[in-house]
Amino acid sequence: MRGAIPILRVGPNLLTTVHVELDDNIADAFQQDVLQAIERTGAKGLVIDISSLDEVDTYVARVLADTGRMAGLMGARTVLVGMRPEVAATLVRMGYAMEGVETALDVDDGIALLAVRRSVAGAKDTA
Amino acid sequence: MTLRVESSAEYPIVREADVIDVRRRVRKLAQERGFDTFATAALTTGASELARNAWVHGGGGEARVEEVADGLRRGVRLTFRDRGPGIADIERVLAGGFSTIRSLGLGLSGTRRLVDEFEIDSSPGRGTVVVVTKWTRF
Repeated sequence: MRGAIPILRVGPNLLTTVHVELDDNIADAFQQDVLQAIERTGAKGLVIDISSLDEVDTYVARVLADTGRMAGLMGARTVLVGMRPEVAATLVRMGYAMEGVETALDVDDGIALLAVRRSVAGAKDTA
Repeated sequence: MTLRVESSAEYPIVREADVIDVRRRVRKLAQERGFDTFATAALTTGASELARNAWVHGGGGEARVEEVADGLRRGVRLTFRDRGPGIADIERVLAGGFSTIRSLGLGLSGTRRLVDEFEIDSSPGRGTVVVVTKWTRF
């Protein structure tokens, strides 16, 4: 299952598109792949594109949020992008709070958000 | 009004792949039944929660998927039955509050908000049956 969800390097970030339905095996492999890619590339940001997911249940939401928290422990900031309107409406109606992960409309906005976060962090470092 | 059952099918939930299979079948039926995209996502997500609960917490079971009608209303009714240990305190689980069964509670309480009718029957040693109905609107 390793490599089932490809992870691409785009500038200082990693970009991954979840295009398959997650189960326990794929989820575990995906998290391991992401963390090793962060270590290998030194990426400071991770963009997870979920625009091809027609539904996100609490299991998938938890896998995605956990992945963001794991990446955060390694110093990479995660932005979840491309959530479909139906998915956003359903998660809120269920009362599910997507804690610990920022979101943006699409991949471009996600990359832009990471750039802003990096420049703010850089300004603090030099202050 | 009396509820008419226009079609009925049963699917086993014994492996994780069955959870995904049930979800796909519910999505297809909801679309055929004329649910809009929001209602389809709501019902399909609920099906996914209940199927996963049956597999993870219930040690497997089965899903019955039915097309139902009540007067002019058209809908889909889902019945999930598992052979698990059952739930001693349903109200507490539905509140979603405590950690050991937080995922179970989130799935159940969340699903209840996504559907029009929600019934649960469970007690220790008898497993759990959840019946949900959704009509063709979000």
